[in-house]
Amino acid sequence: MILRGKAHKFGDSINTDYIISGKYKFKTLDMDELAKHVMEDLDSNFYSKITPGDFIVAGRNFGLGSSREQAPLAIKHAKISAVIAKSFARIFFRNSINTGLPILICPEADRIGQGDDLAVDLSTGVIRDITKNIELKAELLPPIMINILEDGGLAEHIINHGGFAL
Amino acid sequence: MGMTISEKILSAHAGAEAYAGDIVVAEIDHAMGQDGTTPLSIRAFQRMNGKRLKHTDRVSLVIDHSAPSPNEGVSALHKMMREFADEMGCNLYDIGEGICHQLMPERGHVVPGDLIVGADSHTCTYGALNAFSTGVGSTDLAAVWLTGKLWFRIPPTKRIVFRGRLPRGVYSKDMMLSAIGKLTADGCTYETVEIIGSTVTQMSVDARMTMSNMVVEMGAKAGIFECDKKVLDYVSSRTNRRPRPESSDPDAIFSRTINMSVSNLTPMVAKPHAVDNVAPVDSVLDVPIQQAFLGTCTNGRLEDLRIAAKILKEKRVKEGVRLIVAPASRDIYLDAMRLGIVQALVKAGAVIVTPGCGCCVGTHNGIPSDGENVISTANRNFRGRMGNSRSFIYLASPATVAASALQGRIADPREAIA
Repeated sequence: MILRGKAHKFGDSINTDYIISGKYKFKTLDMDELAKHVMEDLDSNFYSKITPGDFIVAGRNFGLGSSREQAPLAIKHAKISAVIAKSFARIFFRNSINTGLPILICPEADRIGQGDDLAVDLSTGVIRDITKNIELKAELLPPIMINILEDGGLAEHIINHGGFAL
Repeated sequence: MGMTISEKILSAHAGAEAYAGDIVVAEIDHAMGQDGTTPLSIRAFQRMNGKRLKHTDRVSLVIDHSAPSPNEGVSALHKMMREFADEMGCNLYDIGEGICHQLMPERGHVVPGDLIVGADSHTCTYGALNAFSTGVGSTDLAAVWLTGKLWFRIPPTKRIVFRGRLPRGVYSKDMMLSAIGKLTADGCTYETVEIIGSTVTQMSVDARMTMSNMVVEMGAKAGIFECDKKVLDYVSSRTNRRPRPESSDPDAIFSRTINMSVSNLTPMVAKPHAVDNVAPVDSVLDVPIQQAFLGTCTNGRLEDLRIAAKILKEKRVKEGVRLIVAPASRDIYLDAMRLGIVQALVKAGAVIVTPGCGCCVGTHNGIPSDGENVISTANRNFRGRMGNSRSFIYLASPATVAASALQGRIADPREAIA
């Protein structure tokens, strides 16, 4: 599947408190409501800048901090189609796959510019920056994560296979 | 081939010999969820068509992140948890019992050799008891409730060896801040950190928990200590379950060994807005503070409260400073009262709040105002962490927090003790 959208750039060490602030995180299960506050402490208008299908492009250690699944869910419900970063923190990485938010580890993510038009092929991990006319390659996920992502998340994976299918 | 503690524990729970990099499905000894994460787990469990828990006696739910409830939204989520626990027949620790990471070891849910997961990133704390424990998300937790198992990639292991005698006024928190400053916030991503050496064998279990608690601030999956008599004494008074201590083989493979001497270590602080932004306390002595916070799963245990009370006893917190104290559990609260620690703190001007996480995670119980500086014994100082993105959080040991509360600025606890 090819995803198309604009790049919204962030720096290194974007933690889960930045992704969804402490003021909102534990108050509600309405993820569409939480989505309105995504990245609010870094950019108070961020939600209004998103066109459905856009990408978050970041530096090292994206998603460090809390284990809250509200973080990937808020990004997903804000209609971001995937997160591209140089590296991810461990729990966020797992939570994204489990909740069906595609993530791409791309050591060269710095080459993508703010607002660049991207085409991302999830099956091959090829990220095409249409604005700059360059092609970047994301690392492949472990097979179990690809299985879970292809099933649409961990809940669907468990339903489909009656347990973990390695 | 030699194995690390992580390889041994995960292999034992997967029923097959496995090494770093291998992916296994392993049996879970206990699964914990708190009120910030469990409601999403309940939803995921329902989506998986879950009707009952695989092992009722291996599941605990804890209401600690917003306890007691500060608003209607949270009240509804707490009610959902209580009803779920009632229907499923699992443990529920309600408001006031304490912080999940204190209750799990304290109530006997952890023994050496265990494999434990919790829907909270600081679940790594139980590594102090020679268990492999790690934080997971809500959907992972729901999968464990349903199947009793979870998949893992076996992590490589880094070793940190602490040697030397800690100087007066310097504590395990300072050791850990120093290690995080050195290794950085992603220096151990997806790895286990084994913490060994003559310094840590001298330490109490409480002091070790401060360190295992913070390995996630270096990106680690687990932070494990070896088992010794102190650990066995700690667990034997709390559970009849048999400990299965593990230690790494002499020929086990480590990704790196870091040697740290503590003999000349000074009190350390993590400055805003990152845990690896670490500096010696001397470099921030002029920073005024408006709030001091003593508590959390990092430093809210009896030993921590005792250290702070010793500094604050028969003194008075500086005018204009709010000192907030949250004991990590009801049992610690009761012990601290029995020992006169609570009285000393309150007489010095402290406000005691319900055992729980609120102040640290910004849900309630002490949200700082714009432009204010907070010195805290917590494990995170991200912008907005305590509920206001225009405040500044400094992390330090209980002694540094107590000394700072007296001065109204960040202070060196070695002077307060002398």
